[in-house]
Amino acid sequence: MKKGLKIASVLLVCAVAFSFAFAGCSKGSNTIKVGVILPISGQVSTYGIQCRDAIKLAFDEINAAGGVNGKKLEAIVEDDQASPDVTTNAFKKLTSSDKVVAIIGALTSKCSLAIADLAQAKKVVMISPTSTNEKVTLAGDYIFRVCYIDSFQGQVVAKFASETLKGKKAAVLYDVSNDYSVGLTTNFSDKFTSLGGTVVAKESYNTGDKDFNAQLTKIKAAKPDVLFIPDYYSTVSLIMKQVRGQGIKIPLLGADGWDEITNNAGEEALNSFYSNHYSPDANDPDVQKFVTSYKAAFNGTVPNALAALGYDDAYVLAAAIKAAGKTDSAAIRDALVKTNIKLVTGQITFDANRNPVKSAVILEVVKGADGKLTTKYNSTVNP
Amino acid sequence: MSFFGQLAQQTINGLALGSIYALIALGYTMVYGIVKLINFAHGDILMIGAFVGYFVLMSMGMSWYALLIAFAVSMVVCAIMGIVIERFAYRPLRDAPRINALITAIAVSLILENGARVIPFMGPNPREYPVLKNATFSLGSIEISNIQIIVIVVSVALMIVLNYIVNSTKIGKAMRAVSFDMKASALMGINVNFVISFTFALGSVLAASAGILFSSAYPQVEPYMGIMPGLKAFIAAVFGGIGSIPGAMFGGVILGIAETLTKGFISSQLSDAVVFGILIIVLSVKPTGLMGKNVREKV
Repeated sequence: MKKGLKIASVLLVCAVAFSFAFAGCSKGSNTIKVGVILPISGQVSTYGIQCRDAIKLAFDEINAAGGVNGKKLEAIVEDDQASPDVTTNAFKKLTSSDKVVAIIGALTSKCSLAIADLAQAKKVVMISPTSTNEKVTLAGDYIFRVCYIDSFQGQVVAKFASETLKGKKAAVLYDVSNDYSVGLTTNFSDKFTSLGGTVVAKESYNTGDKDFNAQLTKIKAAKPDVLFIPDYYSTVSLIMKQVRGQGIKIPLLGADGWDEITNNAGEEALNSFYSNHYSPDANDPDVQKFVTSYKAAFNGTVPNALAALGYDDAYVLAAAIKAAGKTDSAAIRDALVKTNIKLVTGQITFDANRNPVKSAVILEVVKGADGKLTTKYNSTVNP
Repeated sequence: MSFFGQLAQQTINGLALGSIYALIALGYTMVYGIVKLINFAHGDILMIGAFVGYFVLMSMGMSWYALLIAFAVSMVVCAIMGIVIERFAYRPLRDAPRINALITAIAVSLILENGARVIPFMGPNPREYPVLKNATFSLGSIEISNIQIIVIVVSVALMIVLNYIVNSTKIGKAMRAVSFDMKASALMGINVNFVISFTFALGSVLAASAGILFSSAYPQVEPYMGIMPGLKAFIAAVFGGIGSIPGAMFGGVILGIAETLTKGFISSQLSDAVVFGILIIVLSVKPTGLMGKNVREKV
C-alpha cells in the first residue's frame, strides 16, 4: 500500500514536471510574456481582480487586432496578497523562471517600492498601474507608472476641502506604516496650511488596527471642519462606522484608495468626497468605449478606477513594444519615454521622473435611486 | 471637551475593547488551568464564530432576533469545533511533553486560518459584517454607541454565567478538581476526558460570542481576524495570572483601558509598547501575574 502511494506520487511529480516543460515549448516564440503582479486576495482584492480583468481585456483586444509585431501578448498573473514579501517572491519568479519582458505592477505603493529597486537592478521595465507614492519611480529609469502621484492628489483634496467645502480646520487620521497614507498626509497638510487653514489634529494607527475610538475621541475634541482619511476602502469603511458612532458628523475626505467604498460601507459613508483617476459617468468616448466593453465582458460590473488604469497600462506597454519593434528592455524603455497617447484616464505623457501628467476628478458618495450607495461626479482638478 | 470629559470617554472606549479581550482571555485561561496548554488556536475559533454569525445574519437579515440566533448557532458550532480539536489534536498528546502540545496548537491555528482562506464560501477577502443601525446616547459630553453598550453588557452577563458554572455547579466543581490534580480526580471517579471536553466547549462558546461582539464593533470578517485579538487576550490572561478566571477578566479590562488611554493621551504609536511595558513590570514584581497562584513544587 505504502509502496503504491510512493510510486503514484513519483508519477504525479513527473506528470507535473512534463506538463510544465510542454507548456514552455508549445507557447515558445509566438508570444510576448508580460508579468502582472496584483493583489488578487487580501485587503484590497477588489482592486487587484478588476485591474487584472482590465489588463486581460486590453490584451485580448490587442491580440484580436493582430497582436504586437505579429506576436500575441500573454499575461502571467501573480497574486501579491498586498504584502511586500510576497511581491518580491512573485517578481523573482516572473523574471527568472518565466522570463517576462516587462512587469505590470504592483498595485499598492508599498509593494511597488519593494520591487522597484530589484527591477531597476535587473533592468526590467516595470509600469505600475496605480502606485501613487512619489518614491516608486525614483528607483530608476526603468520604472514608470500611469497614475498621478500623491503630491498632486494630496493637494487636490486639500484644495477641495479649503475652497469648495470652505473648511478652516482639518483633522487627519492615517496609517503610519503605509507609505501611501503617510505621503498623502504630508501633502494634504502642507497644501491645506498654505491655503490658510490649520490642521488641528493628526492621529495615526498601524496597518491591521481595528479600534480607532481613542484617536477619534481626540479628533472630536479638536472640533475640525473636515476629516481626511487617506487609506484603502476596507480600513476606511471600518473607520467610518466608528466616526459616525462617536457622533462626528463633519464631511469625510479621501483619495483614490476609497474607490469601491460604495460597495463596502453603509449610510455612514454619506457626506464624504474623494479624489479619483476617472469617473465612469464621464462623457468621453474613450471612457464610454472602455466601460461598455468591460461591462460586456464581466457581467455588467462597472469598472473602477483601478481597472481603468490597468487597461491604460496594458495599452501603454503594448504601444511601446510596438514602437520599439523588439522586446529588448532598453528599447522598450526608450519607446516608453516618448509615449503620447489619449487613453481612458486622460492624455498620457511622461515627465522627467516617468510620472504621467494628468487631471484628477472629485467624486461624492451619494444615495442612488435604488437606495444603494453610488458616486456622483463633483469636479475635475487640473495639474 | 474638557480633560475629564475626554478621560471618561476614553475610559468607556477602553472598557468596551477590554471586555472583548477579557472574554477571549477567559478561554485561554480555563484551558490552561486544566490541561496546562496555551491553546493558540483560540483566536481562530473566534474567527470561525464571527464567520458563522456572518452567515446567519446574511441569510436572516439584521434584527435583534437574528442576532440572538447568530449567537446561539455560532456558540454551538464553535463548541463542537472545540471538542473536535481537543479530541483529535490535543488528547493524543496529553502525556507527551508540553512543548509538543504547544507546537500542535500552533499547527491547529495555522490550519484553521489557511483552511478558511481556501474554503470557497469563506475565502481570503474581507467582508463587511452586518450591524445594527448605529445609535449614540449622550451623557453630557460623553457619547456611547449602542454597540459599545451591547459589547459591555453581553460580556458582563457571560462572565457572570461562567462564574456561576465554575463555582456553583457540579461540573464546575469537577473542573476545579481536575485543574487541581488530574490524576487524583480521576481516582475519585471524575470523568476527566468529559471534563476536559466540556472546558474546551465552554472556552469556545466564549470565543464564539467574542467573535460576534468583536465583528459587531469592528464590522469586518476575514480569516486572519483572530490573530491580533487572540494575542492581546493571551497577554491579558498572563497579565491577570494564567489559570485564574477573575485574573483573566481583570487583565482583559485593564489591558483595553491601558491601550486606549495611551492612544488617547500619549501616542498611538506607543500604545503597544506601554501595554507590554506594564506587563513586564507586573511580571517582574509578581511572576505569576496579578491574581495567579504561586504553586510550590513538592519534592
